[in-house]
Amino acid sequence: MDALLSVRNLRKSFVLSGDVPGGKAQTLKAVDGISFELQPGETLGLVGESGCGKSTTGKCLLRLIEPDSGEVLFHGKDILPLPPRAMRPLRRDMQMIFQDPYASLNPRMRVVDIVGEPLIIHGLAKGRELQQEVVRLLDTVGLKPEHLYRYPHEFSGGQRQRIGIARALAVRPDLVVADEPVSALDLSVQAQVINLLRDVQQQFELTYLFIAHDLSVVEHISDRVAVMYLGRIVELATAVELYRQPRHPYGEALLDAVPVPDPTVRRERNPIKGEIPSPIHPPSGCHFHPRCPYAREICSHESPALLDKGAGHLAACHFSEEVGRFRTRP
Amino acid sequence: MPPLLDVRNLMTYFFTDAGLVKAVRGIEFTIEEGETLALVGESGCGKSMTALSLLRLVPPPGRIVEGEILFRGEDLRRLPPTEMRRVRGNRISMIFQEPMTALNPVLRIGEQIAEVLRLHRAFSQRQAMDTAAELLGQVGISDPGRRLREYPHQLSGGMRQRVVIAMALACDPQLLIADEPTTALDVTIQAQILELLRQLKEQRNMATLLITHDLGVVAETADKVAIMNAGLIMEYTDVKTLFSQPAHPYTAGLLACIPRLGSKRDRLAVIEDSTGQGRPEKGESFLDRCAEPFAPYKGKLPPLREVSAGHFVRCWSL
Repeated sequence: MDALLSVRNLRKSFVLSGDVPGGKAQTLKAVDGISFELQPGETLGLVGESGCGKSTTGKCLLRLIEPDSGEVLFHGKDILPLPPRAMRPLRRDMQMIFQDPYASLNPRMRVVDIVGEPLIIHGLAKGRELQQEVVRLLDTVGLKPEHLYRYPHEFSGGQRQRIGIARALAVRPDLVVADEPVSALDLSVQAQVINLLRDVQQQFELTYLFIAHDLSVVEHISDRVAVMYLGRIVELATAVELYRQPRHPYGEALLDAVPVPDPTVRRERNPIKGEIPSPIHPPSGCHFHPRCPYAREICSHESPALLDKGAGHLAACHFSEEVGRFRTRP
Repeated sequence: MPPLLDVRNLMTYFFTDAGLVKAVRGIEFTIEEGETLALVGESGCGKSMTALSLLRLVPPPGRIVEGEILFRGEDLRRLPPTEMRRVRGNRISMIFQEPMTALNPVLRIGEQIAEVLRLHRAFSQRQAMDTAAELLGQVGISDPGRRLREYPHQLSGGMRQRVVIAMALACDPQLLIADEPTTALDVTIQAQILELLRQLKEQRNMATLLITHDLGVVAETADKVAIMNAGLIMEYTDVKTLFSQPAHPYTAGLLACIPRLGSKRDRLAVIEDSTGQGRPEKGESFLDRCAEPFAPYKGKLPPLREVSAGHFVRCWSL
């Protein structure tokens, strides 16, 4: 099957001005040459800690941030060189759901206008038909017609996220980039929104790039998971396989750091040492080597390539066959 | 011997212009020496206000309207302000969720730790700085001598939380209140901080009131758990019983909706009607929208009853 989206060697750097006026500018490589594919109907989870470049990646795919280089093939066609006029109709097919349901809805617009706006912009509906379509969309996401004329502040966080989902669905996209869509929500509401995202995925045949820092949520919703660290994908595998046998020390460390919600399995913890390094001055060689319990001499000067370690399980590690020794989860 | 902390019928209300908000509506729990009690609940359930009430730090227009806070048998509510100041940061100390706002951005961190020691222990500046360096070492900060002279913005989030912990431990408190101590941190850093807190607690036999919404963190660190909803404790028991035999429907619902690593399910369980349709009314709680009908008692608040030894549940069904 042809991939819906192919990302090839995507790069994005930000230039930071110096600390003091006239100071030396520094470059932050937020996305440092990443490649992956999304098959139609699949959910790829993109997971990593603060500053790993996962949100920048999501925004680059939609050209909300312009990447420096690389290719983003959507339906087989590179969208990066397209002029804005050619880009606009494509935007209908690629939508985004944002993390903060408080900041991503215009507080001065009513629900009917928020959800209806994309339909107007793309010329898909107007007048009575528009309103009926908005009511249908609200129903899909579990809201009611009486919510039409309310403002965002009248809703709870979970309901606002439902409005954001309805807005993304309005134009019947193929691809939805969901950037931490549930991290601002309480546990019970989070479960509802995750279920909703799965329901509409089937109903509308959506392909998801699901960006999150919470590995439990990502594992739950994703078919495959890509783990990012300091701008690079270090591991990519099916969700089941990543959990069963991580092949990158950072993948293992991330899994192991997630607390186990079962008091009968209290374990001797051995968390990885050290802080996440600054992406402005990432470590040489393999970016993870200063924190890595498996690291040897080669790791400090030779950056390992992302290679297939068997059955499509990709990992960027010189010693991936050893990974597993430091696991403490049952 | 009385328990280290015995909270009885604590109520904290906010007298806002828009009306009365009952943040804490009558809470009871005890913490023994060296024990960790986790206070768990979703946003707005009153868990943080409970913590601030214990230290009498409730911001206006809120105030404690009722109840007793017995610390080693002495009611903290009756202490004059000067006495209360001797308790805070000394016998009971607190760490906060956001380590950046808990530290003063314009003071070097050594100064901030030393202040606690000068104030409560009457240390000289020299003594206080030496002890501060020692404390930084204990919380796992390398090169403490240099770090003492740095400002908070020069440290990462994890480092800042270590500094806040060092400050909180400076006077060897008997009770540490930790309000979402790892929520703002990345998961690998969270694991480090939780491990640090566990070690420190063991070394010092310090009791902890851990406030969190993360049931994974609860399972890994708590001895006892109180589940809060709408300003009330719904269930209160030891951690193993809570996870193996949750008795309150709200607790069962919370446990069922956690996505668990390694056990893929098609759908997550949800707490019935927990969004409600429309914005929740003020003071609405799980009790008002509980899916299980107990018609004879509808609309009446069930008491927190002991259903088996040490297991308290607020539900008519039991």
